[in-house]
Amino acid sequence: MTLLHIAVFLPILIIPFIPLMYKYIHRVHTGWFVMLVPLCLLILFASYYPLELSLDPQLHSVAWIPSFNVHFTIYLDSLSLLFALLITGIGTLVVLYSIFYMSMEREKLHFFYAYLMLFMTAMLGSVLSDNLIVLYAFWELTSVSSFLLIAFWYHRKKSRYGAQKAMIITMTGGFAMLLGFIILYVAGGTFSIRELIAMGDQVSQHSLFLPAMFFILLGAFTKSAQFPFHIWLPDAMEAPTPISAYLHSATMVKAGVYLVARLTPIFGIQVEWFWTITIGGIITLFVGSFNAIRQTDLKALLAYSTISQLGLIMSLLGIGSLALHNPQADNTILFAGATLAAMFHLINHSIFKGSLFMVVGILDHETGTRDIRRLGGLIHLMPVSFTITMIGAFSMAGLPPFSGFLSKEMFFTGLLSASSALNNGFVILPIVAWIASILTFVYCMIMIFKAFAGTYQPERLDRKPHEAPIGMLISPILLAALVIVLFFFPNLIATSLLEPTVKAIIPQAFTSGMVWHPHIQAWHGFNTELFMTIGVVVIGSLLYINYKKWRNFYEAMTFKHSLSHIYDRGLLGMERLGTKVTRFYMTGSLNHYLSYLFVFLIVMAGGSMIVNQAYFFDFSRNSPIESYEIVLGLTMVTAAIYILFSKSRLISIIAVSVIGYIVSLFFVIFRAPDLALTQLVVETISTALFLLCFYFLPKVSKNLSTLTFRLRNAIIAIGVGLTLTLIGLSAQGHHVFEPISDYYKNSYALAGAKNMVNAILVDFRAFDTMLEIVVLFSAGVGIYTLIKLRHAGRKDQ
Amino acid sequence: MKFTDVYLQTTTKIFVFIIMTFSIYVLFAGHHNPGGGFIGGLITASSLVLLYIAFDLQSVRDIIPVDFNQLAAAGVILSVLTGTASFLFDVPFLSQAFTYVNLPILGKTEIASAVIFDLGVYFAVIGTTMTIITSISEDKK
Repeated sequence: MTLLHIAVFLPILIIPFIPLMYKYIHRVHTGWFVMLVPLCLLILFASYYPLELSLDPQLHSVAWIPSFNVHFTIYLDSLSLLFALLITGIGTLVVLYSIFYMSMEREKLHFFYAYLMLFMTAMLGSVLSDNLIVLYAFWELTSVSSFLLIAFWYHRKKSRYGAQKAMIITMTGGFAMLLGFIILYVAGGTFSIRELIAMGDQVSQHSLFLPAMFFILLGAFTKSAQFPFHIWLPDAMEAPTPISAYLHSATMVKAGVYLVARLTPIFGIQVEWFWTITIGGIITLFVGSFNAIRQTDLKALLAYSTISQLGLIMSLLGIGSLALHNPQADNTILFAGATLAAMFHLINHSIFKGSLFMVVGILDHETGTRDIRRLGGLIHLMPVSFTITMIGAFSMAGLPPFSGFLSKEMFFTGLLSASSALNNGFVILPIVAWIASILTFVYCMIMIFKAFAGTYQPERLDRKPHEAPIGMLISPILLAALVIVLFFFPNLIATSLLEPTVKAIIPQAFTSGMVWHPHIQAWHGFNTELFMTIGVVVIGSLLYINYKKWRNFYEAMTFKHSLSHIYDRGLLGMERLGTKVTRFYMTGSLNHYLSYLFVFLIVMAGGSMIVNQAYFFDFSRNSPIESYEIVLGLTMVTAAIYILFSKSRLISIIAVSVIGYIVSLFFVIFRAPDLALTQLVVETISTALFLLCFYFLPKVSKNLSTLTFRLRNAIIAIGVGLTLTLIGLSAQGHHVFEPISDYYKNSYALAGAKNMVNAILVDFRAFDTMLEIVVLFSAGVGIYTLIKLRHAGRKDQ
Repeated sequence: MKFTDVYLQTTTKIFVFIIMTFSIYVLFAGHHNPGGGFIGGLITASSLVLLYIAFDLQSVRDIIPVDFNQLAAAGVILSVLTGTASFLFDVPFLSQAFTYVNLPILGKTEIASAVIFDLGVYFAVIGTTMTIITSISEDKK
């Protein structure tokens, strides 16, 4: 257990205190306390910056399930540090912003911040763990916590829909990813990412290496909203705006990018990796920017723009992986530049998109709408918000003097170098990217000018707009300032953060002792990239001015042609199919259900015994049967036969419990006091339960059933009895293995327990016991809710 | 349902204490003798059932104002927490430890972390069993 382990769990550890603060401290907004957590974590992670290149990265391990090679290993290199800084840095600003956004009186803040902290731990764990299984656990925790956050206003139908959609899509990808991880484990014999990278050649020899790659990419693509899985992100915008700013632009959607970057050393050498990621990224870039323009809701516009920017980063990572293919130094530097651009744009995107989301939240908060058809002319009323929007959107459009310009130019460079390196006419990549950049420019202009310029229509707004309170503006102002600082001083992070990060993503490219020090500069001469940017601005401006003329083009595409529609139809179809299948066998008759169970038992257990010739009787080693055992056995048989012909429920129950008590007597005779005690108590309680349940039921009527019904039941009953007797006798006859009791003879030495049964329960197999009581508990909760909620529902009617 | 049976009620009053004392003995004796959290919990639950049968739901609820749902949850959480506590000592999940100390009156006594785990099991079993039994017996048509 080290400081970094505690750091990962710190947000979860403070969750119990959040409701207390919310409940008992009314004068101070709960967010102020919560903000301390990401702030402390930010300071902690910043203290590791810059990681010295000469030193080994931080590595701390705690055993979790050592027998399966699952260790909670923290691995802090530049790549994880970059993400940790983003998570905690943007996290601090978002919490600060939410203090002014979320009303203390109206919202359930303790839930909000608890989910947010859960998410923060999940995200930190995902980017810091070296073990694939631990990574997967945290990865799914991000899905769960984002589900809770998206559905935060759960009384809205759209929130619930969006949360469910995000959960279904990202978790499906998550399961595929787990499958990929397990294949990697089979291939390499370890879950540790570092060790897998070290044995790269051996792993890539495995026959299932490519399927593993695609399964893992499925996880990364669903999480990072890549085409065609991007459909969940716009619906996730139903979450409160601080959440959108945090999860859906800065952190969670970047988890897929992180995974791709982290696993590039393992998979990057495969050409399929390059093609899948680059083409997937370019398509996403295009689809996202294409759809963003038609949006009238500012948040939806930002959602699609996030999709497109994530596609951009992905495609850059794909191009960067080419550095592992061509060992020549020139190419390596070019492709390392693409990876550098990916990481640089990742930072830029988090910063400008975070500030843009916050401004949209401010607009929503101050005017009551996010619809650009109703907004307009706010420039004089909200000058600060306008300035922030302009900085953020110009950075997104890739214009100087904003940091987005730098990474955009590097993006063009990367694409051009990729198409020239492949030199078989793949100019299509830069062309599509260029068109997408024009579309990006157009929607950035829409965002700025539709909302702030134009005519002011106060009659269309719910509230009288005015500038937001200063507290709400601090976070976006800081982020916007960072956008400008990074433009003028990009080399502040270029050598200390980006360079080691690139070396962590494509380490094999630098093994030959190649010297490479990146230097980002705004002015790079009159080259193709600059002309491309000028083209973007010119054509983009023309398109924006004439937007009304070509807008009808979008009208042709209705909802019916969209992927979301297919998703909805698919979900509905599955529901219908499920209902049909369930209706077929869920008849509502307990008799039928028991018949299924018993027939299944007879066929599977009895059938397999006959097929395998497993029945075998050997009575020679049995101890002699005492006379009192015969008496007890006969009593049991009598009680059993009595049940068959009994007409009273109460007496039947008592007869059943007679059998149970005699079984416990047998346990006493055969010296199993633990079992005897348990059997006695269970028998007592279940008899009492039965008596309670059956007390009010009518007497068993004589003409209950037809002859065929009883005949069928009799056959099944005899079948079950025969099968179980056969199994019991055969088990007695076989002595294939050593008795298991020998293994537990050292229970006193190992667990200090003289009672072997108890030592098994609480020491050797405590995990079983723990899950057993969890199962028991869930059963109890199930029964409780079934009975209580039925009454509650009736009251509502 | 409400029975008024004087014999039952009088004997119950005495027996419940005996049964409960026994159940606590069984809980702590579990490490060396027959017993443990599971049986202990069931015995306690059975004594409570006896109370419910002798008196009625409401009066027992007044005497023992315990929310069994919460008790069950607390038990499960306690067990899980004893498991995670092992992380503090850098050992795998659910590692148990034991030691011997000399206590006044009791003499040389074993202190085992497994007992805390067992206590969680004990609470979970009581809570769950009683939740099921009370909700079924409260159920009206």
